[in-house]
Amino acid sequence: MGEEVKVIGSIKSGFCIRVEWALKLKGVEYEYIKEDLRNKSPMLLKYNPVHKKVPVLLHGDKPIPESLVILEYIDETWKDNPLLPEDPYERAMARFWAKYADEKCLFGAWEAFKAEGEEREKAMESALESFAFLEKAIKGKKFFGGEKMGFLDLVVGWIPHWLSVLEEVRGMKMLDAERFPSLHEWAENFIQIPLIKECIPPRDVLVNHFHATFSHLRSLSASKP
Amino acid sequence: MADEIILLDFWPSMFGMRVRLALAEKGLKYEYKEEDLRNKSPLLLEMNPVHKKIPVLIHNGKPICESLIIVQYIDEVWHDKSPLLPSDPYQRAQARFWADYVDKKLYELGRKIWSTKGEEQETAKKEFIECLKLLEGELGDKPYFGGEKIGFVDVALVTFSCWFHAYESFGNFSIEAECPKLIAWTKRCMEKESVSSSLEDPHKVHGFVMGMKKKLGIE
Repeated sequence: MGEEVKVIGSIKSGFCIRVEWALKLKGVEYEYIKEDLRNKSPMLLKYNPVHKKVPVLLHGDKPIPESLVILEYIDETWKDNPLLPEDPYERAMARFWAKYADEKCLFGAWEAFKAEGEEREKAMESALESFAFLEKAIKGKKFFGGEKMGFLDLVVGWIPHWLSVLEEVRGMKMLDAERFPSLHEWAENFIQIPLIKECIPPRDVLVNHFHATFSHLRSLSASKP
Repeated sequence: MADEIILLDFWPSMFGMRVRLALAEKGLKYEYKEEDLRNKSPLLLEMNPVHKKIPVLIHNGKPICESLIIVQYIDEVWHDKSPLLPSDPYQRAQARFWADYVDKKLYELGRKIWSTKGEEQETAKKEFIECLKLLEGELGDKPYFGGEKIGFVDVALVTFSCWFHAYESFGNFSIEAECPKLIAWTKRCMEKESVSSSLEDPHKVHGFVMGMKKKLGIE
């Protein structure tokens, strides 16, 4: 268990940070290797040849890609502060909502961020419908994990910080406190937790990055026939 | 108190078959309920309000949705018999990775093979074979993805094999010619009662796809 732990990631990615949070929660020391996603390193291509994406966890010489797979690996390898509940049904629920949050909420928010004109309203509504389900899932609870934060909190942890950056860059409002009071309250609480707060990149870095990303995407679609 | 297990399913679904296979591996008795997806039952809508899809496993009244999540649930609850996931965390991570890979790639590519033509179809066929070859590489010399016995990745992938005949027929290509080792693996799996009793007849699946094409107006 004395093997070195490394995280290959990008600080601008909401997928990578969940891995850092999990390791910190478990008190695991790690080295963060910054990846330039426009110029992928031989190391990344070696350790994630299938998807060529971040994050990748390196435990000794063992690479583990895919953030949700990494979180389960971390939970099974380091037993302090369990992320997933013990009960199989509760575990299935956490996995279900994690998959849903990634496929619908995160993807939906991203689509809304990219969209313009007519497409934009449709994309927004679709994303907001998915947020409504997440609102139901957190209602009456302090964290998605119950009294303490867990797997699902880390997975949707992009909402308090990343989503507000996307909202600012595009001048849109998605996490409306009136429409999603429970989710909004959870987001406010979550981002204040010291362990969570200390990992997030400076806001201006993210704002600049997503401004640039949006301009780039816009220029790509403008050049399409 | 005996466990009450109900499976809401649709006979040609390779996702539903994964659950049937996992239940068979564990030797579990359950009630199978066939859903008409053009006329979804109140039970399905109640048990899976988020996606309104099959399969849904209802265990003592509590629903679990999404096939790989259901399979993991079954593996964890009935952990004493025929474990599907290995016990080592790194091997478990690898199994989850490859099952996720199957989920991300095969269904969409397969659908394009039977529902498109021309360049779109050719691209789908090429990518499909590439995915299968990658999986073949992962299988290596092992009898099953799970090693000496079938495991999580075998369950995730083998159910697609009864759709191969339909893909080959409508895509006009041979999967066995490109991926002989993988086809050998499907035949090895089919020798097991749990697999052969959970998968559908490829000709029946072919007929189903033919019907779908007619309905969608695809030649």
